[in-house]
Amino acid sequence: MLGYVLRRLLLLFPILLGLSLLVFLFVRALPGGPAIALLGERANDQSVEQINKSLGLDQPLPVQYGRYLRNLASGDLGSSVRTRQPVTSELSRRFPATVELSVAAMIFAIGLGIPLGFIAAKRYGGIFDNLSLVASLLGVSIPVFFLALLLKYIFAVKLGWLPTIGRLGITQHLDHPTNFYVLDAILTGNWSALGDAIKHLILPAIALGTIPLAIVARITRAATLDVLSEDYVRTARAKGLDPSVVDRRHVLKNAMLPVVTVIGLQTGLLLTGAVLTETVFAWPGLGTLVLEAIRYRDYSVLQGGILFFAVVFVLANLLVDISYAFLNPRIRYR
Amino acid sequence: MRGYFKWSAVLVVALLVMAACSSTPDDTGNTGDNAPAGATMAFGTSADPVVLDGALVSDGESLRAIDQMFEGLVTLEPGGTTVVGGLAHDWEISDDAMTYTFMLEDGVTFHDGEPLNAEAVCFNFDRWYNFPKPFQQADATYYYQTVFGGFKGNPDALYDSCEATDELTATLHLTRPSASLLGALALTNFTIASPAALDEFGADEGKINADSLFQATGTYGTEHPTGTGPFKFVEWTRGDRLVMERNPDYWGDFPGNIDELIFRPIADGAARLQALQTGEIQGYDLVDPQDYETITGDENLQLLNRPAFNVGYIGFNQAVKPFEDKAVREAFAHAINRQEIVDAFYAGQGVVAKEFMPPELDGYADDVTEYDYDPDAAKKILEDAGYTLPVPIDFAFPTDVSRPYMPDPQANYEAMKADLEDCCFKVETNSAVWSPDYLGNVDTGKYGAYLLGWTGDYGDADNFIGTFFQTKQPAWGFDNADVSGCLDDAEIETDADARISMYQDCNRIIMDFLPGVPYVHTEPGLAFTANVSGYETSPVSLEPFSLVTVNE
Repeated sequence: MLGYVLRRLLLLFPILLGLSLLVFLFVRALPGGPAIALLGERANDQSVEQINKSLGLDQPLPVQYGRYLRNLASGDLGSSVRTRQPVTSELSRRFPATVELSVAAMIFAIGLGIPLGFIAAKRYGGIFDNLSLVASLLGVSIPVFFLALLLKYIFAVKLGWLPTIGRLGITQHLDHPTNFYVLDAILTGNWSALGDAIKHLILPAIALGTIPLAIVARITRAATLDVLSEDYVRTARAKGLDPSVVDRRHVLKNAMLPVVTVIGLQTGLLLTGAVLTETVFAWPGLGTLVLEAIRYRDYSVLQGGILFFAVVFVLANLLVDISYAFLNPRIRYR
Repeated sequence: MRGYFKWSAVLVVALLVMAACSSTPDDTGNTGDNAPAGATMAFGTSADPVVLDGALVSDGESLRAIDQMFEGLVTLEPGGTTVVGGLAHDWEISDDAMTYTFMLEDGVTFHDGEPLNAEAVCFNFDRWYNFPKPFQQADATYYYQTVFGGFKGNPDALYDSCEATDELTATLHLTRPSASLLGALALTNFTIASPAALDEFGADEGKINADSLFQATGTYGTEHPTGTGPFKFVEWTRGDRLVMERNPDYWGDFPGNIDELIFRPIADGAARLQALQTGEIQGYDLVDPQDYETITGDENLQLLNRPAFNVGYIGFNQAVKPFEDKAVREAFAHAINRQEIVDAFYAGQGVVAKEFMPPELDGYADDVTEYDYDPDAAKKILEDAGYTLPVPIDFAFPTDVSRPYMPDPQANYEAMKADLEDCCFKVETNSAVWSPDYLGNVDTGKYGAYLLGWTGDYGDADNFIGTFFQTKQPAWGFDNADVSGCLDDAEIETDADARISMYQDCNRIIMDFLPGVPYVHTEPGLAFTANVSGYETSPVSLEPFSLVTVNE
């Protein structure tokens, strides 16, 4: 098992190398450059040349890429052109917000998706099943930004129940040593801030978690239907085992394998797909950072951000593969 | 499975209870348990500041925040562009316009308790002049370079030295005459910072990192900005909020009631509006034109217009035929219906321009030559000049861009093109992505006629017509001694009234010569909740929150 994990981790390097080249070329293919993005109408030949020269953008692309790789190898992702802060510190400052939002979205998606899918399968062909099918179809097809605006309009603007922006209300004062606000509030015993942080999480988590919810529900339903028709389930029932024990031990556990795969993939996608949700909810995470970097052609931040997303995505997949071994002892990794 | 449901239900109930327990009047802007006495105001901005060091920024969001915490030697009257005293209550400009003497207010202290005196002022001027190489880039010190020409060692540098003549008198010596410097010193970029804090928190310290970029290592601009302004820095969580509090030792007037001022970056315009509607913020800038109606139709909200401080224009490059002929330029100006374009595409926030600077600015002349919409006159001018109609011209517009003076360039362009072709021109369309292609093509003189505009940096005519026409530029393709001579003379005139009259003359000369057709000034909108009063909109966005009152 350990060997397998190590091999998978080693595989990260060629993946990242290829990706770094793609990202490097991609950000340079965007129209405009940092100098014009920073100066706008005030840009002139001289100032653009001055900025490009200082950033080394006047050199041939292979030279720029070589220097980028050398820095990358030493763990230096460069500095933001705009804020002049190291990219690593920008990423680490924003990452907790994105993780917190993604975890909340996954709790929403898994917490509702698995029971919904399971019940739909158990009541196969019934009204609940059909309703859940329609709802999950709607869930996967609704654009995230539209759903986000709709949720805000209903629950914040019209009903006034929930906030629309940020991670904490303006009257809350919270020390945030870890930058995970929910955790920080618990650690510092600030219960008012804890409630407020949770309130701020609800709408963005629902907006971000709706697509995974729909997918998890559909996969759970399909997998449960498969397992329900297995001989060992019929046998377990026939020998008089309590139906809830059959459901828990035999049906649900065996149906979980594809569900876990989907959850892993969706978690990776959530982290990377938070850009729209974060923008609409002014959530200070990686998504807003990357969006800002695109706006200002902040090459280092953009490259660093995308690479970071890639690493997280690959690691999330690795965790899924490892979890198979625990869910299905027949799977052995060599 | 039943257990799973049970625990899920317990978790959900627990979360909801926690959320309900937090229902202090948190986001309404009213003071809650943890807030200090007095009003708290949250204001929605479009982005985070870059850094809170006025000398090193040029973006509006940084300047807005720095304005609340710092002050310059001079400032602009609230809501206008007239220079008034700031940290200096009085000043003298020598007859040769090469020496500026500033008499400072007595008893002013920085937020760190250090006194403001002439030495502190000179320390700041010397700091800017001696900036290390990495700070000398246009993106960091655009305004210093624009106003002062360059740094130590640069033959174009305007600054020579600063002398603390006595405790409260600072004298600036220049290398050549400049009368526009006074107005420029009202820029937020030239606000005075505490020398002790600049030193202690390493404002100029940094290292050159592996990709040759200067990386600040000090914490001055991110954690310890220290000025003399009405608000003091409290904390800044990037991407989330910048918190400031009222400076209890502020030397000047503070008529408003805000004790805690919070700037929250919200990039999305729709999200800013919704946050205002829910009361999470009490005001925001850069209202999307499509939201004006929603705001004015809601009795709990109000819309304020910022006086126009920009100009949208059609530039003519006289190096490209037939624009060297004034008859063509004049016919062009008569052929387009500017009023209709402004009415159609500016959501009531635009006014038709008749010269290259906004009416709010000193030096604006009301009696310049005007070119009304008159296609018949346009045809006659061209025919009299011997042209066969339609006259072929090329005309360009930018894509992928929205500017305050040009929210939808293509719509403007299409309306103009239709007018031109209905009258007497045959238009060949050019277009390119705004940056770098379009701006690059304009700057290098590749287009004949083109759509462009400008937003002013500071309240001086020199910043508009001086920028456009004082020196020969490929974008305009002409060298007119009357125009440049007038602007040269006005720039160094030290008598304020004489200077205004000279710039009025320049505007008359320019609009007679017609190097382009200015067509719009826009008034950007700001939105507030109805309980906010005292916000004084300024054409240059110099808007102190110390004037603002948030009512219950």
